[in-house]
Amino acid sequence: MAKVVERPKLKWWEQLYLPAIAAGMRVTLGHLIKNISGKTKVTMQYPEEKWDEHLPEYYRGAPALVTDEQDRERCVACQLCEFICPPRAITIKPEEIPSDDKWAKVEKRPKVFEIDMIRCIYCGLCEEVCPEQAIYLRKDYAIVGTSRAEMVHDQDRLYEIGGKRVGLVNKWNELK
Amino acid sequence: MDWQIIIAAAIKVVVFVFLITLPLVAMSVWAERRVSAAIQDRVGPNRVGPFGLLQAVADGLKFLLKEDFTPDHVRKGYFWLAPALTMVPALLTCAVLPFGSKLFGEKMVIADLDVGPLFVFAIASLTVYGIVLAGWASNSKYPFLGGVRATSQMISYEISLGLSVVPLVMIYGELNLGNIVMEQAKNGWALLPLWGEGLSVKGFLLTIPLFVSFIIFTVSMFAETNRLPFDLPECETELVAGYHTEYSSMKFALFFLGEYAAMIIGSGLAVTLFLGGWSLPFGWLTPESADSVIPWWVGLIHIATFFAKVIGFILFFIVIRWTLPRFRYDQLMRLGWVFFFEIALFNVVLTALLLWLV
Repeated sequence: MAKVVERPKLKWWEQLYLPAIAAGMRVTLGHLIKNISGKTKVTMQYPEEKWDEHLPEYYRGAPALVTDEQDRERCVACQLCEFICPPRAITIKPEEIPSDDKWAKVEKRPKVFEIDMIRCIYCGLCEEVCPEQAIYLRKDYAIVGTSRAEMVHDQDRLYEIGGKRVGLVNKWNELK
Repeated sequence: MDWQIIIAAAIKVVVFVFLITLPLVAMSVWAERRVSAAIQDRVGPNRVGPFGLLQAVADGLKFLLKEDFTPDHVRKGYFWLAPALTMVPALLTCAVLPFGSKLFGEKMVIADLDVGPLFVFAIASLTVYGIVLAGWASNSKYPFLGGVRATSQMISYEISLGLSVVPLVMIYGELNLGNIVMEQAKNGWALLPLWGEGLSVKGFLLTIPLFVSFIIFTVSMFAETNRLPFDLPECETELVAGYHTEYSSMKFALFFLGEYAAMIIGSGLAVTLFLGGWSLPFGWLTPESADSVIPWWVGLIHIATFFAKVIGFILFFIVIRWTLPRFRYDQLMRLGWVFFFEIALFNVVLTALLLWLV
């Protein structure tokens, strides 16, 4: 059944519109004055102001490789991350570590480790699957480049973003 | 002798229209965006130049570089004519506005006509052709509806616009805008008769019809320039972009700039008629008579005063736009024909009675 909405009976001064205009202008001018005098903090001016310090611990930014406290690369080129990566952004070519190397008791290390940041969806599965705790999602989010080739992070770039990570490593710690 | 007059007029045209009014158009677009942003708790354009002041230049460049696309289904001749017809009349009306008293012995008005307001209304009413031609030549439904709306709206409000000026003309007995301003400078502005002969019972009584006139004039000016409470010809929510839906690039920009130019000229006219034009309040720095010699710095102060008032009025236009919702079409017509027309007519009679009795 149709519901009849009663229109309010306006007094004659309300029908003049002018008081309503004045009331409206009080609202808009109030906002205008507050905004101009800087009382309302509205928009963050992005490149100059950033919110980085407020990013939560679990923020998933660019994936990166980390080294351990002895500067050894943690990655053992098991390729689990490459296989689990949903958009297939990761490319790994493993190589054998020569027997005269300091870390010779490890079998493999990545010769090529590339993450295509155009493909990466920041899902964090690589971090989750890594048995060596070698790949982590860092807080970098402004990943830019002027060409497709530039958007592919190679090993050097990945270590640069990742840096050193001190903490538990399951197998290849010298002390073990 | 003749060529001196021509050169003086040419200099005034170049300075007033091209060096002041057109940049003011660009600045008011910027002001519109910044003020609306401030009202809505945003920031607005602040990247191009200091405070984003060069945003208008960037916009202009963008308009020039965009593809100027003419659809196949339009009437080409009228389609191309329409943008010019909205921009040109708006700028033509600059001719009779006195934007200052005198500078170096030269009257600061391009054409010192004795029929100022009539000239303004005659030329400004041509603007409707631009919009109607745009709407009809576009040969498409939304522009057509916008054109139809523009026709009836602008023709309706021209009546109350014209009638609202009649009391003023009756009081000053003068149609020369320069002389009207001179009169206001000496004897109190139309809305602020606090000095000279205006400071009398007659002066105060006459502010009643003048105030009513001012309200009708301002609201009709909003309707004539298609500003927001009455922007039904283009109203985005119903008609995409109204009469200029099919336009692109610089042709669209001409409509856009025409609206702002009309707004500036409208403010200029309102300031000239009701708020004392170039004159400072309380008769400060007022020349003795229209023929008296005044130093150049006083002339410059008068020009600055005029533009300060116009800019204030433009800011008022902008705040109103971001305060009020759009009128419904029947409300618009009712306001124009049932209220303003009658009130303006009654106002004329009231002025006549006051002038006769007091």
